[in-house]
Amino acid sequence: MSERPARVGLFVTCLVDLFRPTVGFAAVKLLEEAGCTVEVPRAQTCCGQPAYNSGDRADAKAIAARVIAAFEPYDYVVAPSGSCAGMIREHYPTLLADDPAMQKRAQTLAARTYELVSFLTDVRGMSGVTARFDGTITYHDSCSGLRELGVKQQPRKLLATVAGLRLAELPGAEICCGFGGTFCIKYPAISDKIVSEKTADIAATGATTLLAGDLGCLLNMAGKLKREGRPIAVRHVAEVLAGMTDIAPIGESKAE
Amino acid sequence: MQHATSRHFKKNARRALDDAQLQRALGHVKKNFVERRAAAAARLPEFEALRDRARDIKNHVLENLDVYLERFEAKVVANGGQVHWCADAEAARQTILRICRSVNAKLVTRGKTMIGEEIALNDFLEANAITPVETDLGEYIIQLRHEPPSHLIAPAIHVNKEQVAETFRAAHTDLDPKRPLTEPPALLAEARAKLRSRFLAADVGITGANFLVAETGSSIIVTNEGNGDLTQTLPKIHIVLASLEKVVPTLEDAATILRVLARSATGQEMSVYTTVSTGPRRADDLDGPEQYHVVLLDNGRSRMLGSEFREALRCIRCGACLNHCPIYHAVGGHAYGWVYSGPIGAVLTPSLIGVEEAGHLPNASTFCGRCESVCPMRIPLPKMMRHWREREFERHLSPPAARWALRLWAFAAKRPALYRLGARIGARLLKLRGGQSGRIASLPLAGGWTAHRDMPAPEGRTFQQLWAERSRP
Amino acid sequence: MSDTRGQILGAIRKSLRREAPSPQMQAEIQARLAHPPRGPVPARGQLEPRARLELFVAMAKEAACTIVRVADVATVPSAVADYLARENLPAKLRVAPDPAVADLPWSTRPLLEVSTGRSDGSDEVSLTPALAGIAETGTLMLTSGPERPTTLNFLPETHIVMLTAEQVVGGMEEAWDRLRERYGRGVMPRTVNLVTGPSRSADIEQTLQMGAHGPRRLHIILVDGEATAEP
Repeated sequence: MSERPARVGLFVTCLVDLFRPTVGFAAVKLLEEAGCTVEVPRAQTCCGQPAYNSGDRADAKAIAARVIAAFEPYDYVVAPSGSCAGMIREHYPTLLADDPAMQKRAQTLAARTYELVSFLTDVRGMSGVTARFDGTITYHDSCSGLRELGVKQQPRKLLATVAGLRLAELPGAEICCGFGGTFCIKYPAISDKIVSEKTADIAATGATTLLAGDLGCLLNMAGKLKREGRPIAVRHVAEVLAGMTDIAPIGESKAE
Repeated sequence: MQHATSRHFKKNARRALDDAQLQRALGHVKKNFVERRAAAAARLPEFEALRDRARDIKNHVLENLDVYLERFEAKVVANGGQVHWCADAEAARQTILRICRSVNAKLVTRGKTMIGEEIALNDFLEANAITPVETDLGEYIIQLRHEPPSHLIAPAIHVNKEQVAETFRAAHTDLDPKRPLTEPPALLAEARAKLRSRFLAADVGITGANFLVAETGSSIIVTNEGNGDLTQTLPKIHIVLASLEKVVPTLEDAATILRVLARSATGQEMSVYTTVSTGPRRADDLDGPEQYHVVLLDNGRSRMLGSEFREALRCIRCGACLNHCPIYHAVGGHAYGWVYSGPIGAVLTPSLIGVEEAGHLPNASTFCGRCESVCPMRIPLPKMMRHWREREFERHLSPPAARWALRLWAFAAKRPALYRLGARIGARLLKLRGGQSGRIASLPLAGGWTAHRDMPAPEGRTFQQLWAERSRP
Repeated sequence: MSDTRGQILGAIRKSLRREAPSPQMQAEIQARLAHPPRGPVPARGQLEPRARLELFVAMAKEAACTIVRVADVATVPSAVADYLARENLPAKLRVAPDPAVADLPWSTRPLLEVSTGRSDGSDEVSLTPALAGIAETGTLMLTSGPERPTTLNFLPETHIVMLTAEQVVGGMEEAWDRLRERYGRGVMPRTVNLVTGPSRSADIEQTLQMGAHGPRRLHIILVDGEATAEP
């Protein structure tokens, strides 16, 4: 594992910030284990994807400019989300294409921006974790992480080193969960159909815990699993890798 | 223009979701087409390189479209054929009618072509006392049922065998009503016999073209049934109906793209019949049409060429994007309300019939990106759907509530202190609403979410809040 | 209408943000059309002749062809007669007028009723020659002509094709080369059929069935001088 210290700016993501700070703290712990110093720029809010995907380029650009300014001092930008990391890495340069100076800064930042788990394995050379988690889990490959950033083997590689953990592969792991940002609000019936097929696939694995790397997907799948009364716990993969699973799973409380 | 119901996408989708028979058929699409395409791609080591090359060939053609079309035309004419340039659907219909009337045609056989649907050719021919008969088995079935196609290459995928039997009994009234028609072989045999007599009696045969080859002035069609071949060989006149962007430079270029076409569509190595037709029959040929006409249709392509949607013109109509799309899997093709469905439909339809009519289609996507990952021509479909969303945003075509919610979000996102405050308040309120269970069953303004699933409650304090506390000595 | 032609070409040029193409561009395109560059050619079919032949046989079978080998072209009539008997088909055959098949020693099987010409739909079995076989996919290249009517490839329920080992090439590009050798550059017959197996459809409830409109059976008689026994 690389011993060279690296200054990481943690891109918390709006969903982690609002819904599940534990994921952020798990990310910090893992990054520190990987020999990074972690700072959290206070000026961050959102990566701008909601505006971008809704066709509001102007707002998306304005938000992107702020993100670039807040994060460019760091060696790396790491987000516990393939969707947000993908936005910065894959879309900021195109988004800012009509302002060459801004685009250059976007490209520079993009080259240093990563999704959390793939950063740990591919950049920091992390080959295992010391966490323990007893039980069978299944893993959903979030679309952006998978298709924009190539996140597939990396979480599986680290999960394989978690003591007590057994991975049951999810058939159709690469099929969308139906979240799609504003899609699930704009087309709820279709989204529901898609997530229902996903929860059926998840239940069929026999796993007692579902993991993924994107909180949007996780909130969507957890919400459906709970509504269906399925006894499957849902967590962000960072929680398990960091051994921070004291907190109740997503959509549950300690009382359950 | 073929009548569109795209603006009723949500209603169409609801109907599709409630249609158990359709859902069963879509389950097969989700499994079979996906597995077969993956197997075919895995079996050919050069597959990815072929995709790159196919994209490059089409890009080269589009950049030189005028030259290649002129070359193509010159070759067609040199081989004794005719080329008719048609600006829009009406011009194409009138041209075809004129050709049919020139031989007093009464019966026209049709090979499968989406362009035929696009210009609503069948209804027009019938209105002019000419009988069109679809000969692709799936197209024949839906023609009898007066339905549009529900899939790009398997148009009757939504129809089960009982429904086919019912349709045949109603249409083939000259046959014994007591005949058994429960199993696919009987249905196929009946369709084959019925259509055989049509093939032999047809005055004019109209096919589409998967490719128009500039080098030789040829049209190429790809089928598994052989219906296209019987359509274009037996009648006196062969009409090829194709849009401008179908042209490729050479037979070698066609070979490259053919290698990714069947594999992407059905997982086959090659479709059963790939046929290259050049001009009418030769002087001493024993069979073949006496006349060969190519109807070249623009209908918005030349305009698309100069727009941010140019890359959609690389489409070879394989259907891979539909076969891999979670939205298509949920609602099928009819929900899209026009000729083209799935991701390519979401991009093309607003271009061809206007974004006011088709605005839902590019919005009904999660941008999962699976379509682009399987498109043999590497068309960046999500990017183009996003362009449509940008156009709708600029023209204020999105619903006002959604627009306001987004502007509010963006307003806060540009003001970190305000954002942090809003997030702190939101986290606390939602946590309270979640109560003991840790989840929320109903939430005002988020009815779309909570109608179908719970909303997990937040931890109660934001990360920024907790981080600030942790950092304080 | 020539002014529509002009309008469309004009609209294309407007979209491409240029006027008529430059002489240099025209020359480049002309060169490309005259000497077509090949895309990536799959290694699969690029084999030595014997291996290529075996690949063709394997792929054709995969596509649901039946295939028999004969060592000597003079035994083709026997191979045809035996096939028809095996399949319980009438001993009646419509043969392409092409000398390669029409002039075979049909008298060696006098009970076989042989006629030549196109098909009008009443023939159950046809026999045609091929121009090439493509090993990569088990595909036959059939070309139309006064001696090879296309109707023989589609109307009969059973289509038999005579193919020689020498005709088998690796990939489609080599088949186009054979075509150009036969007809001359830029010259085409009315129809070139690339046929991979018998006709089929899965349009009825996703159930795959043979014989949708074209032949239900595609039988290949492979004339291979080095053949010892039928496979």
